[in-house]
Amino acid sequence: MGPGRGAELVLEQVGKQFGDKHALRRVNLAVKRGEFVAIIGRSGCGKSTLLRLAAGLEEPTSGRILVDGEELRGLNEKARVMFQDARLLPWRRVMDNVGLGLKGEWEPKALEALEQVGLADRADDWPAVLSGGQRQRVALARALISRPQLLLLDEPLGALDALTRIDMQRLIEQLWLEQKFTALLVTHDVDEAVMLADRIVLIEDGACALDVPVRLPRPRQRGDAAFADLVDAILRRILGGETDENAAVSLSVGEKRRAL
Amino acid sequence: MKLSRWTGWAGGKAVPWALPIGLLAAWQAAAAAGWLSSRVLPAPTDVIVAAWNLASNGELWKHLSVSFWRALTGFAIGGSIGFLLGLLNGVFRPAERLLDTSIQMIRNIPHLALIPLVILWFGIGEEAKVFLVALGVLFPMYVNTLHGIRNVDAGLLEMGRVYGLGPWQLFWRIWLPGALPSILVGLRYALGIMWLTLIVAETIAADRGIGYLAMNAREFMQTDVVVFSILLYALFGKLADSIARFLERRWLRWNVNYQHI
Repeated sequence: MGPGRGAELVLEQVGKQFGDKHALRRVNLAVKRGEFVAIIGRSGCGKSTLLRLAAGLEEPTSGRILVDGEELRGLNEKARVMFQDARLLPWRRVMDNVGLGLKGEWEPKALEALEQVGLADRADDWPAVLSGGQRQRVALARALISRPQLLLLDEPLGALDALTRIDMQRLIEQLWLEQKFTALLVTHDVDEAVMLADRIVLIEDGACALDVPVRLPRPRQRGDAAFADLVDAILRRILGGETDENAAVSLSVGEKRRAL
Repeated sequence: MKLSRWTGWAGGKAVPWALPIGLLAAWQAAAAAGWLSSRVLPAPTDVIVAAWNLASNGELWKHLSVSFWRALTGFAIGGSIGFLLGLLNGVFRPAERLLDTSIQMIRNIPHLALIPLVILWFGIGEEAKVFLVALGVLFPMYVNTLHGIRNVDAGLLEMGRVYGLGPWQLFWRIWLPGALPSILVGLRYALGIMWLTLIVAETIAADRGIGYLAMNAREFMQTDVVVFSILLYALFGKLADSIARFLERRWLRWNVNYQHI
C-alpha cells in the first residue's frame, strides 16, 4: 500500500447534457492521489451526475475525464461506488454480498472486510434484517474489499440518522487513512464535507463555483470554532446573498481562526 | 392449565379442519338416514370402498400414472417455453417488440376452445392432451416471468455492473433471483391450469386417465367413483400447491414476506 496508491482523477471542461438540459456545463477538477474531495451543492445542481461520470456510468457530452492520465472509456475499473441506498442483493447473505464479483479464495477477505466495518458477526444474515446503518457498512465493506484506487460516495449517509451518520463518517475516515485511496464524496451536508474532506468543491449552475481547502487537523471536532466558522461560511455562500469576494473573505477568516 | 392447553390446540391446529370434518359427518349421517340418494351423492364410506376397490385391482394406478405423465410432460414443455420466452422478452427489448403482440393474441384465445381442432390434429392420443396442457401452462409462466424480469431493481443492475459482473453473472445473480418471486407466482398459476386443462381434456377425449375414469363411471351411474375422481383432483391440486409453496419457502428465504408461510 503506502502513499500514492490512490488514483488521480482529472476532469477537463466536462459537460453533460440530457436532451437539451445541461446537468453540467464546464467542470474542471483535479483530484490528487489519495486526496479526499467533497462535492457539495443544492439538490439538482449536477453533483450526482459528476460522480456518475467519474464512475463511467455516464459519458460526458463534452470534455474528457482522465484517470491516472488515461482517458476514461466505459466503466471506471479503478473505482467503486457507494450509493445512497446500499443496493445490497436481498437474496444473498451479507457475506456473499461483500464478496460479490470476486473470484478465487474470497471468503477470508470478505470476513476481514466485514471485520473492518464491525459486522463480522452478521456475515450469515440476510440484508433484510440489518438496520440502514448496518447495510451501508456492508456496502462499504463491499466497496473496499477489492481495494479500489478511487472510492466514489454518492450521498451514502444521506438516509441515516444523525448518530449513525457520525459513526459512519468516522469509519470512512479511518479506512481512508489506512488504505490511502482517493475519495470523492457527493453530499448536501456541509458539516459532513468539512468533517471528511481535504478540499470542498461547490457545484453551482453546472460548474465549480468554489474550491476551498480544509486545513483542519484530523480527527476533526465539530465543536471546534474554526470548524463551525468554515461550515458557516460555506453555507452562507451556498445560500447566496454573498458575492464570491465576500465569501472568500469569510472563508479566509475561517482559516485564520484555525491558525490561532 | 388443561383448559388453556386445549383451547390453544383448538385455536391452532383444529380450527381450519372443524368445518370440513363437520360437513363430512353431516353428509355421512344424511346418507345413512336415507335423506340423500346414492344417485345424487354416495355416502363417504361408499367413496372409500370404491377407492379401495380401484386401488386393489390396479385400475387406479393405471389411470393415475397416465394422468401424471400427461400433466408433467405438458407442464415441462409449456412451462419451459413460457419461461424462456419470458426471459428473452424481459431482457431484450427488440425480442419483446417482435414477439409480445403475437403472444398476447394467442394468449387471449381460451386454450380449451381449441379442443375440436386439437382432436382433429392429434386424434384422442397422448399428443392432444400434452399439447393442451402445454398451451395452458405456457402463458401464466410467460406473463409472470416477463413481469418479474421487468421489475428487477435497475439500481441493483447498475451496482452489479459497477462491481464488475459480466452478463452471465448479472443474469444469475441479479436478473433471475430478482424475478424469482414473480416466476413462482406464475408457477403456481400454471400448476392450477395444468390440472384444469387435463381434467377437461380427459373428460372429452380419452381412453385412460382420471378424467376418463370419472366419465366412464358416469355412464354406469357409479357416483362413488365420480366423487372419488373429483377428490383425486382436489388432492393433486393441493399437492401441486404444496410443491409451489415449498419452492417459495426454499428459494425466497431472503424475502421477509415469505418467511412465515
